[in-house]
Amino acid sequence: MRSGRLSPILREQATVGASAGRILALILRYWYVIRSSWPRAAELIYWPLVQMLMWGFLQTYLAQTATFAAKAAGLFIGAVLLWDILVRSQLGFAVAFLEEIWSRNLGHLLMSPLRPFELIAALMAVSLIKLLVAMVPVALLAYLFFSFNVLSLGIAFAAFFANLILMSWSLGLVSTGVVLRWGLGAESFAWLIVFVLLPICCVYYPVSTLPGWLQPIALALPPTYVFEGLRAIVLQGSFVGHLMLQAFALNVVYFALGAAVFGYFLHSARVHGTLVQMGE
Amino acid sequence: MQKPMPHSDRALPPPVAVRELRKVYRDISAVDGISFALESGSITALLGGNGAGKTTTIAMLMGLVIPTAGEARVFGADMARERHKVLHRMNFESPYVDVPMRLTVRQNLEVFARLYGVRDLGPRITRTAEDFKLADLLDRPYGKLSAGQKTRVSLAKAMLNEPELLLLDEPTASLDPDTADWVRTKIEIYCREHGATVVLASHNMAEVERLADRVIMLEKGRILADETPADLIRRFGRANLEEVFLAIARRGGEDARGAP
Repeated sequence: MRSGRLSPILREQATVGASAGRILALILRYWYVIRSSWPRAAELIYWPLVQMLMWGFLQTYLAQTATFAAKAAGLFIGAVLLWDILVRSQLGFAVAFLEEIWSRNLGHLLMSPLRPFELIAALMAVSLIKLLVAMVPVALLAYLFFSFNVLSLGIAFAAFFANLILMSWSLGLVSTGVVLRWGLGAESFAWLIVFVLLPICCVYYPVSTLPGWLQPIALALPPTYVFEGLRAIVLQGSFVGHLMLQAFALNVVYFALGAAVFGYFLHSARVHGTLVQMGE
Repeated sequence: MQKPMPHSDRALPPPVAVRELRKVYRDISAVDGISFALESGSITALLGGNGAGKTTTIAMLMGLVIPTAGEARVFGADMARERHKVLHRMNFESPYVDVPMRLTVRQNLEVFARLYGVRDLGPRITRTAEDFKLADLLDRPYGKLSAGQKTRVSLAKAMLNEPELLLLDEPTASLDPDTADWVRTKIEIYCREHGATVVLASHNMAEVERLADRVIMLEKGRILADETPADLIRRFGRANLEEVFLAIARRGGEDARGAP
């Protein structure tokens, strides 16, 4: 087939290097957007900072009045930092994709040699970059203001981080898939989907607090294990590794489901013609 | 300007081959069983009023819309299933699709050059910027450019990978006459130098007469006429394509098909 012919000004298209080049192109595109506007960079830090300060001061106050809070120094700040990893990473993924629709650029991207899995890989990388931009200063300030060092969690922090990031990408895949299929009318779904998890994943309280019928649902969600794990470290000083592995196994399933949902909605958008109608 | 002659190489699949192509959205037939093939190096205009099926046809040629029936092949690849085999050989431009507003012209060209796997990025971007009179605008955000400047950037982006197939959706819409003429000349020069095939959707009949070797006129998703602009004008006994278009639009499809 003639479709294999290649112009001399172009690199070979079907190699791993070419694929990496396209992913890098898209990462650069989002990096240029972040770099072009300091309010955008500041906005990334704003909410995590406000949350961390609010929970930090609350915990300081409770520690003066309640024995439990005094014992559990770092519990709330740790929880809010981990919760923000989940939220910021999911929003970083979804908003990077929404940028394409807001700027009416999606047609150009989907018409380029960029493959869907490369788009996903770039969105994952961008969510990590945005997360680092947001969370590194906030984590530093948590240490300065409240003497809470998130890195003191050691290997547990790496396990928590990996599990939360994976879950955020699964949610990002579903939310961007929904936007692909239904357009900007479904934009709020991308912003809000993660907050469904807030009460169920037991960010600030143990699973045993939930009614019995809700507990199996909570335990089917990987972030629940992360927040339970945080409490185990802070309150009992123990890290339960096998629970993190369980969470990781669940995450693999969710990520596969998220990728399948994204692929299905992309196909559905091509069938329904929504890709050519997107824009502000 | 002398138009380059289209040529057909029987050993190779045509740049574009559309067979019994249909697209139905719920109960609306946007494209209704059209068939055509384009010769390499030709410029073909898709004409028709709003809702005639031009954009849907182009979207199926890009693989962004999956046909309800039939097939759209580009360089032999079925665009519903194997578009990634040929996307690097094509490109498109439309005033209705922007490149990122916050990125500078240089950043935009760099991102798209990387997406298409263009070699020697720096020199290529510099040369493209000179070709499209963008050298002084390279470090300005795309969103701060005038309509004419934006069109030049979009066209530069569309030709960055030296596509063999160029899809242009109303490339001179809302441009002043001088800029529109510049764009048309650029398209002519590109096609002559690269032997590229062009599919042009336009409402500007003077533009179509000047650029196109062939006109495919659509109405309600069907092909009303498929011939050279000169033959179409002669067959309808009109002075120009604008008058032919108006005659077809005002008489309705059924009458026009049997016209004149």
